[in-house]
Amino acid sequence: MKYAYYPGCSSECNAAAYEISTQAVAKALGFDLIEIEDWNCCGATEYFSQDELTACSVIARNLALVDNDLDQVVASCAACYLNLAKVDKLMAEDSKMSGLINQALAAGSLQYEAGRLQVRHLLDVVCNDFGEEKIRAMVKRPLTGLKVASYYGCQVVRPFKDGDCTEYPMKMDELFKWLGAEIVEWGAKAHCCGGHMTQLSDPDAFELLRRILKNADDNGADIMATMCPMCQLNLDAYQGRVDGMFNTKFRLPVVYFTQLLGYAFGLDTKSLGFGKELVPAEPVLKAKITA
Amino acid sequence: MAEKVGIYVCHCGSNIAGTVDVVEVAKWAGENIKDVVVAKDYKFMCSSVGQQMIEEDIKKEGLTRVVVAACSPHLHEKTFRRVCENAGLNPYLMQMTNLREHVSWVHNDKEKATEKAKSLVSASAERVKLQEPLEPMYAEINPVTLVVGGGIAGLQATLELANAGHKVVLVEREPSVGGHMAQLDKTFPTLDCSACILTPKMSEAAQHDNVTLLTYAELEEVGGSIGKFKVKVRQKARYVDFDKCNGCSACVDKCPVGAKARKLAEQKLPVRDADGLIPNYFEEGIGYQGAISIPFPQAVPRVPVIDRDKCTYFKTGKCGVCAKVCPTDAINFDQEDEILEMTVGNIIFATGWKLFDCKKTPQYGYGRLPNVFTNMEFERLVNAAGPTDGNIVLEDGTEPKSVAIIHCVGSRDEEHNVGCSNVCCMAALKLGHLVLEKTNAEVYDFYIDMRTPSKMYEEFYQRLMQEGMHFIRGKVAEVTDAARTPEEEGKLIVQAEDTLAGTQRRIPVDMVVLMGAIEPQADAKEVGLRAGISCNLAGWYTELHPKLDPVATMTDGIFVAGACQGPKDIPASVAQGAAAAARVQGLITKGSVMIEPIAARIIEEECSGCRLCGTLCPYNAISFDEEKKVSRIEPAMCKGCGTCVAACPAAAIIGPHFKNDQISAEIEGVLWDAIADQKEQAEA
Repeated sequence: MKYAYYPGCSSECNAAAYEISTQAVAKALGFDLIEIEDWNCCGATEYFSQDELTACSVIARNLALVDNDLDQVVASCAACYLNLAKVDKLMAEDSKMSGLINQALAAGSLQYEAGRLQVRHLLDVVCNDFGEEKIRAMVKRPLTGLKVASYYGCQVVRPFKDGDCTEYPMKMDELFKWLGAEIVEWGAKAHCCGGHMTQLSDPDAFELLRRILKNADDNGADIMATMCPMCQLNLDAYQGRVDGMFNTKFRLPVVYFTQLLGYAFGLDTKSLGFGKELVPAEPVLKAKITA
Repeated sequence: MAEKVGIYVCHCGSNIAGTVDVVEVAKWAGENIKDVVVAKDYKFMCSSVGQQMIEEDIKKEGLTRVVVAACSPHLHEKTFRRVCENAGLNPYLMQMTNLREHVSWVHNDKEKATEKAKSLVSASAERVKLQEPLEPMYAEINPVTLVVGGGIAGLQATLELANAGHKVVLVEREPSVGGHMAQLDKTFPTLDCSACILTPKMSEAAQHDNVTLLTYAELEEVGGSIGKFKVKVRQKARYVDFDKCNGCSACVDKCPVGAKARKLAEQKLPVRDADGLIPNYFEEGIGYQGAISIPFPQAVPRVPVIDRDKCTYFKTGKCGVCAKVCPTDAINFDQEDEILEMTVGNIIFATGWKLFDCKKTPQYGYGRLPNVFTNMEFERLVNAAGPTDGNIVLEDGTEPKSVAIIHCVGSRDEEHNVGCSNVCCMAALKLGHLVLEKTNAEVYDFYIDMRTPSKMYEEFYQRLMQEGMHFIRGKVAEVTDAARTPEEEGKLIVQAEDTLAGTQRRIPVDMVVLMGAIEPQADAKEVGLRAGISCNLAGWYTELHPKLDPVATMTDGIFVAGACQGPKDIPASVAQGAAAAARVQGLITKGSVMIEPIAARIIEEECSGCRLCGTLCPYNAISFDEEKKVSRIEPAMCKGCGTCVAACPAAAIIGPHFKNDQISAEIEGVLWDAIADQKEQAEA
């Protein structure tokens, strides 16, 4: 199977572990991620607050660059996925806007017809294109005994629920069940991680992080899995400072779902980017996995 | 001899005349349509003056055909047929043109609307000339009525009919009648005991000479038509001899499969999903039973049922404790399901509702967080006869200090049910009252809008405000265990936007009650199909008219009552049960019902026996005569839809009133101007 692939900026720096493990898992499952040539920034949330047409045009350029023989584009980053999906939908629903965007794209001799591509998140591809049977069959190192708290954040499940439940998503949990892990039921799984609030206000941002970490911890999580580089960064990198501010003692490793997937497939931890997280995950995996 | 046609164009006040030049239409018809001898317009043709005018014209002018160009035939076809009959003209020689719904109400351009009206009047006139006098048929009404569903609506219908002296067969699929009302503790707004007012009706129905009560039985098949429906009912095997059993419940108390359930029951706790135990449907999942059970002490009939899948005897051939302890030798492991066939004149469906699956709103934690209950679980929890003896306790047996009640769970929600469930606001107030009465807990009520539209309902709401129930207007975002503050630790936190105060509220409570939506029964559509009742988009049975005919359906002789037609409370269900019974009584008293003589008929000599008509008939009115190898139409079941007439490859089926030449004439009438043009050209 072949998919156009939009890596997004964080794949090259803070989310390198996500990128490495995504490639490793894709290889193991046997699908090709064909990187969009000359892709550009998705604009995250900032462009949209400046000028909608500019933001949409910048995003649409990535869609327009996808090879004509591909009909699906996959993003691993939650924000990238949402932006690509949002613009595709907007263009389909608003012909005037679609026309303006295509005028902008025409300056670079590009054009995009809404609906030509199906925009998908990597989790959806893994869960639905491969499915339970195939994935279970590939598990060589089951995650038995490991209590995983799946953290969804906001952008993959809202506003497009992508076949999952917006209020209490379960897709990632299902995947971890297939891998043999014990899933943690916890209320904060789709609460806000604060996003860029860490750059603006420590007390506000850290309070949001504390609530999430505490709820996972209270419900007995050994490890937290995410599918968003922003969430991972916030929850992992600021744990020490959250501890400092609230006098807590969180030691909860936060990894990407692809890392646990690759781990269960028996892939080498180096090839999955383990060790790049600040709260080390490997000791927890070794200690908790009983099989 | 040429027919003498009278044309009558109605103004309908300004309803038609406002958009159609009715005077011009009448004048034009009189001058241009062949065989028209009278053409008049009048302000209200349906008024007695209008009717009289037509009647007199028929007599005076010797009219042989009449066209009334007015409203929909649904409204006044009967009126004008009667006018013809009174004047000695066969009523089927009258045709209505719908100038209101088909022209004036849907167009703005008066000139074009007038032209369209002319075309339609012309069509009716051409058609009516070829119509034939028909004689209506009558079907006799079998005085026995079938009532499906033994909840309050079905019980009411049953008793109304039985007390009026008519035989009723009441079929209930659960082991006892009573329905949801039997599960409730109190009823709003009067707070009278639900069981106290219901159980007398339950036993009255069971003991009534005119009632045949079939519980643990399901309607399987409906055939035939009004007056003589042929139905099949499956009496499921109870494995207990109905006549021998004296209801002592020795078997229930001794069933080894129920040992753990009985032990658990002693704890008087609201335990959900108890490992390996069999939930009792009546207790809504907070009570358990053995393999042989009576759903609740006041069950009618008080005859137990063995759950074959759970019974040790059926699994291993050993045990049989129930049989050993039974003093009347009533246990019968060899019993089998029985199919009962009967003929009934009318059928009333009162099949009720089911509760929304609250797991579909996972943000409220049902099934995941402790002490989050559905309203029906809570009804059992506050019920003195329920698993906790009516004590409002948490799963650990302690009394809650605070309870949140959340409205509109799965209702008024585009993700689930768009509609309002109608009764939950009042039910929430009632439950809140019971909490305040029985405990020292604070009660927080989260509502979107408080809907208290019936007699004494708003007063009840005012009373609860006086009693100190806290009301927060806002749809709850989530119920969570994710505590933010020390006060929230170990609590269920209800987060909602308080839309009156314009602020976010987080209220930590010990217990949450979800007012789940009222939904159609899971098999409502399937059961409806068996009897020819259709459902609306939400799945509720469709009444014949939403305002003026709320208990009849599109199928003659089939009526609906209670919540199967839409969410409703007890008073409304009772009213509908009685209304349906009254309709049936009317038919029984009359003894027969007129059937439109528009049934299709097959010319046997021309039928090739291909059976195409039989496969297409939407009313199952066509059967196949194996001996003669021809298809046959049951006139009482045929609605004259014409499907078979059009489909028959041999043109062997005649649809009186919808014959091919009549339809062709109607089409030619519509195209009068095109035909006139053609003639002109030909002449030129």
